[in-house]
Amino acid sequence: MITAKHKTGLVFFPAFDWAISPTHPEREERLLYTQDQVFEEGLLDIDGITEFKAGLVDVKDVQRVHFCVPDEQSVMTKSHFISAGGAKTIADAVMKKKIDRGFALVRPPGHHAMRVVHGGRGFCNINNEAVMVEYLRAAYKVDRVAIIDTDCHHGDGTQDIYWHDPDTLFISIHQDGRTLYPGSGFPEEMGGPMAAGSTLNVPLPPYTSAEGFLHVIKELVLPILDEFKPDIIVNSAGQDNHFTDPLTNMNFSAQGYADLTRMLKPDIAVLEGGYSIEGALPYVNVGIILAMAGVDYSNVREPDYNPENLRQSPQITQNVEKICDTVMSNWRARQLIQNRMKGGKTFDKRRRDIMYDTDGIYETQNETIRICNECAGALRIDSTADTGSHILAVHIPRKACRACQEQGFEWFDSAGSYDAVFLQNRVDDTYQVRKKK
Amino acid sequence: MIIGLDVGGTHTDIVLVGDNGLERKIKVPTDTAALFQTVLTGIEKITQDIPPEKIRHAVLSTTLTTNAIVQNKLSPVGMIISGGPGIDPELFRTNDHYFTVSGSIDHSGKEIEPIDQTQITDIARRMQSDGIRHVGVVGKFSARNPDHELQINDILAPYFDKIFLGHRISGHLNFPRRIHTTFLNASVYPIHKEFFEAVKASLQEKGLSVPIYILKADGGTMHFDASIDFPGQSILSGPSASVMGSVAFAPADKEIIVMDIGGSTTDLAILINQTPLLCPLGIEIGKYKTLIRALNSHSIGIGGDSEVRLEGTALKIGPDRLGRAMAYGGSTPTPTDALFVLGKGDGGDREKSIQGLTPIAQKLGLSVEAAAFEIFDLACQDILTAAREMIGRINSKPVYTIKEALDNYQISPRHIMVIGGPAPYFAEHMEQISEFTALKVPQWSVANAIGTALSRTTCELTLFADTQKGIAMAPEESFSTSIPSSFTKKDALALGHELLTQKALQNGADIKDLDVDVLEELEFNMVRGFRFTGKNIRVKLQVKPGLIHNHQTITDKISAM
Repeated sequence: MITAKHKTGLVFFPAFDWAISPTHPEREERLLYTQDQVFEEGLLDIDGITEFKAGLVDVKDVQRVHFCVPDEQSVMTKSHFISAGGAKTIADAVMKKKIDRGFALVRPPGHHAMRVVHGGRGFCNINNEAVMVEYLRAAYKVDRVAIIDTDCHHGDGTQDIYWHDPDTLFISIHQDGRTLYPGSGFPEEMGGPMAAGSTLNVPLPPYTSAEGFLHVIKELVLPILDEFKPDIIVNSAGQDNHFTDPLTNMNFSAQGYADLTRMLKPDIAVLEGGYSIEGALPYVNVGIILAMAGVDYSNVREPDYNPENLRQSPQITQNVEKICDTVMSNWRARQLIQNRMKGGKTFDKRRRDIMYDTDGIYETQNETIRICNECAGALRIDSTADTGSHILAVHIPRKACRACQEQGFEWFDSAGSYDAVFLQNRVDDTYQVRKKK
Repeated sequence: MIIGLDVGGTHTDIVLVGDNGLERKIKVPTDTAALFQTVLTGIEKITQDIPPEKIRHAVLSTTLTTNAIVQNKLSPVGMIISGGPGIDPELFRTNDHYFTVSGSIDHSGKEIEPIDQTQITDIARRMQSDGIRHVGVVGKFSARNPDHELQINDILAPYFDKIFLGHRISGHLNFPRRIHTTFLNASVYPIHKEFFEAVKASLQEKGLSVPIYILKADGGTMHFDASIDFPGQSILSGPSASVMGSVAFAPADKEIIVMDIGGSTTDLAILINQTPLLCPLGIEIGKYKTLIRALNSHSIGIGGDSEVRLEGTALKIGPDRLGRAMAYGGSTPTPTDALFVLGKGDGGDREKSIQGLTPIAQKLGLSVEAAAFEIFDLACQDILTAAREMIGRINSKPVYTIKEALDNYQISPRHIMVIGGPAPYFAEHMEQISEFTALKVPQWSVANAIGTALSRTTCELTLFADTQKGIAMAPEESFSTSIPSSFTKKDALALGHELLTQKALQNGADIKDLDVDVLEELEFNMVRGFRFTGKNIRVKLQVKPGLIHNHQTITDKISAM
């Protein structure tokens, strides 16, 4: 009889009847062999591991995070409601102390979904972690949250959502954007003027192995978490750093993923990518579940695992150490960087082009944030997509000061000719839409 | 006519059912130390003066193997476990002679590491010299590829009398449970075999050579001859006897909670349109979690003989049973004593019950009758709470497809059927204090034996097909065949149906009783390198638990009695 050291919850929602398209990596078969492995190992019989039925999120949960254009139903399938719902189920169980920690093994993933959603990008439509985090903030008054994204691809969606939020620490560890989708996630991307330093990017060279990943966790992530003191640690647990993943070029292993989980001690892990469905996922997931539960995982390994072949070169080790040093100095200099970015301005603006590769949509955003010393600042996004939509999205942050609330209302009320104008007011947790007549 | 015999903790119920309904019923005391005698006496009494040719078959539900496990009186066996990478199989150790050997198979059934012949021969010699005669062999993923278990079997064959292979025991993926299940099968094999061979021989001597079936925990039966290879199937058949007894009198279109109120526990189960719900994997008994198919039944520590006490000013019932009710000479007050005080007892000494409840009544500042009512009411409330919780658990079972998530099928039983204990009193009161309507169970005191007699033979089949490899297999049935790349889920279901029929007939089913149900049907496109390479198909079918086809004439007569 095995007993978990930490009471661990699992939501397993493999969506066996949903695919982006029949041969897409994000297809019905993706978690089939993971299910076989988890069942055969008897993980659900371990005393202290509980499986929960995935709930559904409702539109209101999504509206705390996203501006869906034209609306939620148009950009989300049922699977998105359940996938985010799985994360929410785990979050509830953690907050109600039914479990110490939990893992939402759900699909489809979410970390490429940004604040404005015109469609799917990087297999993602809505951001499961962000929807869950904002639910936690609304329902349980959780304040400071850290999201550590260990997917091989830069978590550009989560980064976008929390770019201006000083209460959310977002650290993305991923394969260097010069060599992999989505091509972003460099150390200089650190967040907006009020939140610089609460976004941190750690691009790793191709063929980084366990040694490199664990170095980042130990030398960079854990010390920063100690300083940031989050109420909750969330892990965006992508599994595509695995040495067998068909879409990426890293050398991580099931043992490495389990070690990472043991060190990071996430309260909630949410599955992201990972497309080596036979050679990696079954073993990585077993490793992560055992590590979360505090059960010995030392004998979990892939059939073709050979640590000798996966050893990283001294050159990679050097690069990894260097990138950690850079990110650490940026983190230490965050106050200075914030001051420099604010630079006596009233507003800060940026223009961005966003590609929705999954749905083939191209979007241009003009973003304006009110520089504020009291709060995270009112945010205005003017978004045009080649679907023909032109919308204005106004976000009043959770702890907005009076002036920023006024600014948000003013932007919303005075908006001119748009297909739709949205107001996401997180102070009173409301969402308004005004459509063109 | 059919004999139904259900061994209980204190009584053994035996019925004879036939064209006239309930032809005979008797109760004999159970002598756990001499179970064979109890069973034999029961059958002799019930068949007295009945011409043997009038008896079609006998179905027995005994506590033989259950007691052996609970009392840890298992015969010594050897276990050979081949796990490979993953959780250390040492953590699933079942007994002293438990050996972990090399060899590994992955989730697709591919061999990762071969077995080591010398290692197994060495272990075989060692176990043989220690006097081991029965062995269980279990490999991880043997339900996907049984080769290693079969190879080990060949090496072991010269050394042992009987070898149980994990892949023959269940098609479900769950290595620890497969280990436990195989262990229990091997461990109860000698007593099971000896017991039923003795019963058969004794009956034959008396000119009664009827086929003997055993009742299983899933509410179905199995011919004794087939049970020799799966003796674990006889474990925990008790709860299913009662549930099947209620099936006999349940309406065809209702969801019902069955409550079997015993001496120390109440067992709850769910019927949906006359079919009992099964538990997802298998029975749990003592420290063993198994893959032995079973009804979804939940047991709570509240029965007629449960201890009644005050904690502060709060009444508490159970979960312990400290002895018999005071009315029958026990020393602790019980719900049965409360019934005696309320004038609903039968055969015992009401004065003793009054004496027993008086101190509680005084502390509560109530008359002894009022206190008795409080106790009776609390027992009913506790059982109802457990029933509602059980419904909640069933409704929160995870689902893995969007269709199921959106259908969100929920059970909401509105009826209860109460058997065992002084069932009518409980049923009447629970109806008054709850949202449930009580349905009558005729002959509730022997419903368990009636259920045993009328249950049909059940079994389950798992078929797995991979069109990329061009193979369909059901390792549990030692079946494997090559298939064309055009093989579909429909073909798999047809093949599964055929294999299930064969299995059911081998297990002693009547061809008219094959009520088949699809438990799982999954079909996946396998894509490797962005290219479609084949289909991965999984189907599970069962002959679902229910009553034999001609039960209606019998049950109608019983209802009309």
